[in-house]
Parts: sequence; C-alpha cells; structure tokens
Amino acid sequence: MKPLNFVLVGVGGQGILLASDILCHVGVAVGYDVKKTDVHGMAQRGGSVISHVRMADRVAAPVVPLGAADFLLAFEKLEACRWVSYLGGAGVAVVNDEAIPTLALAAPRRGIPYPDDSSLIQLLRSRARQLAMMPAGRLALELGNARVTNLVLLGALSHFLDIPIPVWQAVIEERVPARFRELNRRAFEAGRSAGIVSLRGQGPSGTMD
Amino acid sequence: MARRLLLGNEALAFGAYAAGVSVATGYPGTPSTEILERFARFPNVYAEWSPNEKVALEVGMGASLAGARTMVTMKHVGLNVAADPFFAAAYMGVVGGLVIVSADDPGMHSSQGEQDNRNYARFAKVPILEPSDSQECMDMVALGLEISETFDTPVLLRTTGRISHAQSLVDVDPQRLEARASARRVVTAFPHNPEKYVMLPGNARQRRVAVEERLCRLRDYAETTPVNAIQWGERRLGIVSSSMAYQYAREVFPHASFLKLGMAYPFPGRLVLEFARQVETLVIVEELDPFLEEHIRALPGFPSMPVVGKSVFPSIGEFSSELLARCAREHGLVSEPDVVELNRGPSAAAAEAAKPVPAAEVILPPRAPVLCPGCGHRATFDALRRLLLECQADLVTPPGPEHSPYERGILDRRRRYRVVVNGDIGCYTLGALQPLNAIDTCSCMGASIGHALGMEKAGIKNKTVAVIGDSTFFHSGITGLVDVIISGAATTVIILDNGTTAMTGGNTNPGSGRAVDGRPARRVDLETLCRALGVQDVQVLDAFDCAGIEREIRRALYSDEPTVLIMRFKCRVQERTTSLMVSRVEADRCQSCWACLTLACPALARREGRVEVVPSLCVDCQVCNMVCPHDAIRRVEREGVAA
Repeated sequence: MKPLNFVLVGVGGQGILLASDILCHVGVAVGYDVKKTDVHGMAQRGGSVISHVRMADRVAAPVVPLGAADFLLAFEKLEACRWVSYLGGAGVAVVNDEAIPTLALAAPRRGIPYPDDSSLIQLLRSRARQLAMMPAGRLALELGNARVTNLVLLGALSHFLDIPIPVWQAVIEERVPARFRELNRRAFEAGRSAGIVSLRGQGPSGTMD
Repeated sequence: MARRLLLGNEALAFGAYAAGVSVATGYPGTPSTEILERFARFPNVYAEWSPNEKVALEVGMGASLAGARTMVTMKHVGLNVAADPFFAAAYMGVVGGLVIVSADDPGMHSSQGEQDNRNYARFAKVPILEPSDSQECMDMVALGLEISETFDTPVLLRTTGRISHAQSLVDVDPQRLEARASARRVVTAFPHNPEKYVMLPGNARQRRVAVEERLCRLRDYAETTPVNAIQWGERRLGIVSSSMAYQYAREVFPHASFLKLGMAYPFPGRLVLEFARQVETLVIVEELDPFLEEHIRALPGFPSMPVVGKSVFPSIGEFSSELLARCAREHGLVSEPDVVELNRGPSAAAAEAAKPVPAAEVILPPRAPVLCPGCGHRATFDALRRLLLECQADLVTPPGPEHSPYERGILDRRRRYRVVVNGDIGCYTLGALQPLNAIDTCSCMGASIGHALGMEKAGIKNKTVAVIGDSTFFHSGITGLVDVIISGAATTVIILDNGTTAMTGGNTNPGSGRAVDGRPARRVDLETLCRALGVQDVQVLDAFDCAGIEREIRRALYSDEPTVLIMRFKCRVQERTTSLMVSRVEADRCQSCWACLTLACPALARREGRVEVVPSLCVDCQVCNMVCPHDAIRRVEREGVAA
C-alpha cells in the first residue's frame, strides 16, 4: 500500500489528538500498519502542537521526517505556516482559515506581530502543491459547536484520500461519545463537501472561501 | 487475538496487567503519567499515586517482598528521588517480580533536565530493558517480571518520550485479560530472611557479593535473550542500536545489518563481538549518552576495525530520521540517494531547515505555553512582580528606551526594591516566562523552600519567598518547611493550591481527596499540616484577590516569623465552568498603558492600539479588572449564553 505521512498541527486544546486518533484508526481499518506520536505535558498549555501520523505496510519511526509529509492538516493558519516545512514537494495542505492570536505583549516590546493573510498564504503556497483554505471553525459553529472543527477538517482531508466513506463513518461512530455522534457525522460531511468544492473551484494551489 | 492501537504507556499498563501485576505505584511526570492512569482502570488491582517517587518505590518493594508482582512508574528525574530505595532494592532482591519504569525525556519536551537513565542500571547493578515500540512495551513488562523473579533482582524498564507517547499496533489477547480480571489475588506470606532483608553492614556485605554473582548470571542471559538479536543485511555497515534510536536507524540504513539490543545491561559483549567481526564498519546509534559505545570500546579482544558513534551522532537532544540521515551523510556512511528516498521530497536542503521555521521570509511569532485564562496562579505572580522590596539593584536590568513608561516605572522601582522568588516544578513555572517574569530560580521538585531558606541564611533578610504547588509541596516541600522551623528562619512560603497535579494532566494528590481510580480517599489538610510543623502564621487566601494577596505577601515578608500563604482555587482544566459574565475593555477609558498585558492572559488581545478581551476565552476571573489602573476593564453580561 502507498505509504502516507500526515502532520496535524494547531494550538493546544483544539481537539487535534482526537482527530489524529480517528485518522489512525481509519488507517488500521483499511489494513495499514500505523504509528502516531505527539507531545504531551508542557506543550498542551496553549502552545503550538504537532501530531505525527504515519501509515505504510510497515512503519518504523512514528515521527514524520521533515519534508516527507503528504498532508498537512492545520487547525490554525499561523501554525500551518510554522510546520509547513514538514510537507513534501507533492504535499497537500488543508488549513482552517482561522487565526488564534499569539500572546499580546506590552508596547513597545510587543514582539513579532501576527502575519497578514497574504504573506501566510504566499508561504503556504510556496510549499504546498495544493492548498485548501477552508472556514472549518465557522462551519463547525454553524453546526452548533466549535469543538467539531476537527471533524470538519477530517471531512475535507477524506476527499484527498482513497478510503471509502463508510470506513470513516464506522471509526467516527466508534471513537465519539454517543450523544455527539450525529453532530460529528454532520461535521465530517460538511467538511467533505467543502473539500470537494475546493478542488472543483480552483485547481492546483487554489484557495477557497 | 485483537490488534489495538496503544500508546507505549498504555501498552505497559496492559502488559503489566496481563502478566499479573496486582500492585502498581508511581508519581505523575511527563512522559510517564499514562501508565498508572491506565493501569488503575483495570479491575482487581491496587494502584496509587504516591506522594513522591521514593515512597512509590518503597511501597512497591514492600508489595514485592509480600509476593505480589509489582510495577513502579516515574519520569527520569523521578528516579533521582527514588535512587535510595532503588539501590537498596538491588541488594535485597525481590519475591514477586518488581519492574521499575523510568520514562526519559530526550529533547526535554517537558523536563528540567535531560539525563540518560541507562546509567542507573550500571550504577545500581540491575538489568535494564528498552522497548522500541508499543508491542515491545507490552512484551517487555512480562519479560521484566520473569527476569526479576528468576534472578531475584529489580528490573529497570526504560522508555523515552517517543516510546511512551507514540501509538502503534499491539496484539492484545482479550481472553487473557478476562481471565486476569477474574483471577483471585494470591495470598502470600512474607518469607522471613533477615540476612537478605535487613541491610545491616554485616548482611549487606554478603549481599554485595550476591549482587556481583547475579550480574554474571544476568550477563550470560543477555548474551542469548531473544530481545538481543542480530538482523542480517548488507555487511558493509553493522548498526548497534536500541530504543527509539533503532527505529530511526531502520529508516536511515534500510539495507544494513542490525544488532538490536532490548537488554543492554549487563552488556552482552560476546554477542557484540560476534556481530562486529562480521561487518566492515560498526555504527553505534544511541540517543543521549555513549552508553553502548563505552561498553563496546572497552570490550577485551575487540577487533581492529572502524567504529563510529558519538563522533557522528550528537549526545544532546532528541534524534530524528532527518538528523541521523544528515549526520550519516556528512560522515560518508550513506549516499545522497538514500536520503532522498527517505525524505521523498525534492530537496535535502529543506530537510535541514531548522525544525519549525519555514524557508520563506515571513517571521512567525512564537506560541509558547501559557497559564490558562482564569488560572489562579496569575494574580500571585502579578503581586510578586509588583512587590517593592530592597535588595540587589545591580541584578536588575536598567530600564532602556525599549521599555514603555509603565515598564520603566516598574523596572526603576525593582532596581531599588526586588524580592527574590524561588519557584518550583509545575504549571506555575510558566510564571518565569515573559511578560510575567516573576520567578528567579527553579531547579527540582520541592527545592524552592530550601533555596529561599538558604538565601535568607546567607544574608538576604525579608526578601525571599518560595512559591510551590500543592502536589510539589506534598512531594518534597514538607521537609524543607521542617528546616524553616528548626532553623529559626522567617521564610515566606506560598503554596499554590489548585487541588490537583495539573501539569501532568490533572492527577490526584494527597490533598485532593480522591485516589488515582477516582474513588474518594482521605485527604491531607494543608493548613493543619503546616501548623503541626510549627508554622503559626498560616493564611488561606482567595487566589484571585489581587489586593489581598499583595498585602499578605508584603506583611509576611516583613514578619519575623515563618509564614505559609495558601492561595486556593480550583484548576480551570479540572473544573470548566461557564460564567454568565465576561470582562470588557471600555475603549474611552483605556489609556493603552498595557498594565493588563503583563498578566500574560491569552484572553487579552491588542487591536489598533487598544486592548480587547476575547469573550470566547475569558472566564471572568476578573484579575485584569483589578490590575487596570484606569478602571477601564469591567464585567458585562456574556452575549449569546443560553442559561
């Protein structure tokens, strides 16, 4: 089977670990050997977070080498830029078009400002063969809960993977508490449709609104 | 047999349970915490978060001597705390198998130091096992228990962060777990044997010899154990490796021959010699210290051949595939195509770019960990930062043009008056970061009180405080406070009591009134404990009352008596409550003095020269309201809250 490397990035507390758990179990369900790793502890207190997921016939190290990721799934756009060097030349970036400000500091030692959208997108485009910017957080809110942003993003990612949808649905069913299942299922579908739109609308390196 | 994705730490818990461990103890510490958390959820076991690692191991030794299979878990620096019983256990041996898990943290993702605990195996003369994925975690606990009972020795099982916190597939036998759940606890009797279990010098001298004899037998075992195995490939390079370094090396040298060591101490010298004689170049790939390399280079009869190790790969920090590939390429061990194959990207140069920094010219602001919005540590650090006390003007940076008038004022005062804050280990260590900048020392668990006392005795009068969390105080702060009492000092000790061990994920501690499995437990009362030690001035304060905190700390600093101030609140991570109110900045009152921004609250943002509260993050702790000198931050009703 074709080896697949993913990095999922964002800010501690955004639901990244559940997303990478679901992704791993989807990989296992279709017959991959799967390994994943992320950093616990200090880094979870609102810091920058990266989760590595690798799938192949046999995976050795759980950490994705720099420049070897096929997919970057970013929960926040500054974090997408911070970790974009993990993407390989043929990599796809699926990015939640949402900015979480970094810690505001007192003037004039105000630190480095949050970059503007055009430089962030330029940077992402320079590294990603295909870039899908999508309002995952907004879609999740419209569905009723910002916490399902992770399922919206997974839905978008699913569009780029050759894995049957029932496999995803079965794993979501299994990994999510019963009372949130319907919400998570709808979030996944919303993300998947948005992913399709992003492809149809733009072609390589297109961004979508 | 079912295949399950398990964290290394979860696999250790499953392995211990399946192998019949009935008592497990530990102290939480990243990256080891999830082992005991998972184990405690199994039926028919006893698990506890002990007050510290030393107690955990002592309880574990007791259980082992009573015949129970036992596991004790801790992070790498925890074994420093438990070193005394660890060395004693090496002499006394075991009855039921005893496995001590040490989770090292190469790269110091969440630790104050980077130490290689393989050295403890050699130091205490006990065998060590090192898994390289979750399946091996599962299997090696069982193997460790067998070795422990066969050779009458404690066994050190060492993981690293990437073993503990990586998930991989594990074969779990549900029937075995089920059988274990219904198995009856074996009732045992302690085998009276003072020569073995009473370490008086006369007995210890006998045991000293027994330890050496045991090492010889263990060395023979290490030569033939299946966890030390040769995997033949091309003979040009022979890789000796263990732990996660083995997995990275597998990717970088896919065609080489491997000697994988799952049990590196006592060192299997004959096996290594046999391997070395059949390869052209011996390459030793190990994270941190040159543990294998030192053993190999000291082997008698080692052939004259090229051997590389730490001359090629660093001894500082965490390994990665690209790091090993770069080192190997620079030293001609691998050719360029291998590396491109590894990275599957067009440019090896990209792989060399420093870790999180992208190649383009956009400078990205860092996103460091911070205290949560509404964290009860914040007001105390703000008060400490403001405290105006005489001392050490020359230690404080003079204000310069880069500072705002507000900061210049603070720095000016601090040059004249400056309290010394001795911090400790926990979430609150984040108080050391900009802009709170309110901690002067932080070394190891419980050290803050001793440091403050030492400074006081060296001559800094009434200007030192110790800031320590509740769990850390129970861990090893109590004895420091005893010293404060008996030395006649007037130290000010601030206990930040959030009722939990927060940084490791909200674990229970002796003050929380719950056990590791969530059941109610007796709790130790901090105030009563401190008073019983002889502190007469014990105050419990509201952790969000900025003015009260500042007043009480000032009073305590000028007092001639030792003082304990307990700042009490519920950790936000543990008790998420939604307030119906949020703070809002009144734009016409805000003078942009940025006083509130020195609180390092993620819910405060700058927009167009003003401060704004982010309502989705604000939890109505009101500390910024109190800190604002212009009364510009006020509470308003939260919009869109369904009651």
